[in-house]
Amino acid sequence: MKKASNTRRRELTDLTMRLVSGAASLIGIFFLVWILWTVAKNGLAAFNYDFFTALPTPPGIEGGGLANAIVGTLLITAMAALIGVPLGLFTGVYLAEFGKNTRFGGMVRFTINITMGIPSIIVGLFVYTLLVLPFKHFSAYAGAVSLAIIMLPVVARTTEDMLGLVPNALRESALAIGMPRWRAIVSILFRSARSGLLTGILLAVARVSGETAPLLFTAMNSPYWMKGLAEPTANLTVTIFNYAMSPFDDWKTLAWGASLLIMVTVLGVNLFARTLLREKTR
Amino acid sequence: MSETKLPLYGDLADPTPKISVRGLDFFYGNHQALYANDLDIAPNRVTAVIGPSGCGKSTHLRVYNRIFELYRDQQAKGEVLLNGESIFAPSVKLLELRRRIGMIFQKPTPFPMSVYENVAYGIRLHYTVAKSELDGRVEEALKGAALWEEVRDLLNRPGTALSGGQQQRLCIARAIAVEPEVLLMDEPTSAIDPIATAKIEELVEGLKGRYTLVIVTHNMQQAARISDFTAFFFKGYIIEFGETKQIFTNPKNKKTEEYITGRFG
Ligand SMILES: Nc1ncnc2c1ncn2[C@@H]1O[C@H](COP(=O)(O)OP(=O)(O)OP(=O)(O)O)[C@@H](O)[C@H]1O
Ligand SMILES: [Mg+2]
Repeated sequence: MKKASNTRRRELTDLTMRLVSGAASLIGIFFLVWILWTVAKNGLAAFNYDFFTALPTPPGIEGGGLANAIVGTLLITAMAALIGVPLGLFTGVYLAEFGKNTRFGGMVRFTINITMGIPSIIVGLFVYTLLVLPFKHFSAYAGAVSLAIIMLPVVARTTEDMLGLVPNALRESALAIGMPRWRAIVSILFRSARSGLLTGILLAVARVSGETAPLLFTAMNSPYWMKGLAEPTANLTVTIFNYAMSPFDDWKTLAWGASLLIMVTVLGVNLFARTLLREKTR
Repeated sequence: MSETKLPLYGDLADPTPKISVRGLDFFYGNHQALYANDLDIAPNRVTAVIGPSGCGKSTHLRVYNRIFELYRDQQAKGEVLLNGESIFAPSVKLLELRRRIGMIFQKPTPFPMSVYENVAYGIRLHYTVAKSELDGRVEEALKGAALWEEVRDLLNRPGTALSGGQQQRLCIARAIAVEPEVLLMDEPTSAIDPIATAKIEELVEGLKGRYTLVIVTHNMQQAARISDFTAFFFKGYIIEFGETKQIFTNPKNKKTEEYITGRFG
């Protein structure tokens, strides 16, 4: 008798859990689709030839685009990758290959984990005091450095994880034919883990290409083509921030366009990275 | 464990051993895995290393090419001489030592590159050769590993695309391509099928005479078939060493007899 009621209660709990978690996922998906839909609908309205080729115009003047911001974002992200990826890769190599059970390695790993959790606005502020205040102007390189700081721990972690997946037997057989340690790492281990490493790099790039706060204090923004790396540089995310807050309808449309462009790029990079990883695990 | 002094192979055959091990102890952190190992490896012969699982066979072999040094917590004490010279001497160049003492692992481990590159990599690493000469050397190594006929048209395929037995022979080709003096094989056939195993045994037969071979195996028939000398390991000690014929027909130690007749292991 008692047993029966117990079973009944368990079945009821089970059903409730299912309904609650099902509803939660539905709500999550609903908002996600809503965001995607809104950005796509409003953003598409901004896409035209001018959007990709022209400079922004002052409010009220027809036309204008975000060509300078597109170029600026590409450039700042590329520079950030140029700094952040090698540093991250080598940090990951150190953690996986040399500092595995050392006290220093543990310290590095701990620091990397902490850095990964630092809010990006704080990274922006830090670079602002380091590279903007002393020189008294915003610059593309200050923007790149702050994005690189955000990329470094992400790349380092994936590098460590991916090298950790390479079997010791492969490491040993490289050394066993008389390969120096560094060559075994670069030409055997990197090659063995290449799709994983590339995935990590791509995800890090995708991650920073949507960052706004660190650029707000560093690269700032500009309505013109950039004149040099030491100048304030237009970029998509800060443009979204500025234009979306403006009272002008055509600027707001441009902000939607920039949002859509970033969203599509990040989505594309993510999808590409995940197919790479799937191929590897197959 | 064994109190009697072991007869080293020097009492049985050629004078100078290729490798002499004296008083070798080995530690994984605080855990001692080898105790006072003494062993002589005859040049250009096959020495089989047998014994129950976990008795230190792999550990012993991994000292010869100092591959254990990859791990910070592993430590060897004692002496290992290659051609009479200590492998631990400060003057020894580690990379050159590993060129001279090749190693084949239990699981085939082709490099993530083409069949050709798998073999060519080591040659380029140690020798300066023209492209035409390199092709010849790669072919020669693949022939030496009895693999050439099967892969001559697949040289640009990834090494990992070969069958398990072919991969193992590719690893042998990769090892002999750098012209070693000694080949250490740690259960080279335990992960592959019987036909591929037969091929590798045949290969070992062909390799001896040119190389000094040390082969760890759990397969008693294999040890009896292909080796000239046999060392029996037990709980980190080398309990018995002698000519294979003698070990398998007339073992002196009770434990050896029990092991080779399959009463434990
Ligand atoms: N990486 C390691 N760390 C700690 N202990 C180890 C390690 N590798 C081996 N050992 C220990 O050292 C002893 C000898 O191991 P070893 O692998 O040399 O045995 P083996 O004779 O090769 O066995 P098998 O026939 O199973 O390959 C075992 O007790 C094992 O548990
Ligand atoms: Mg073993």
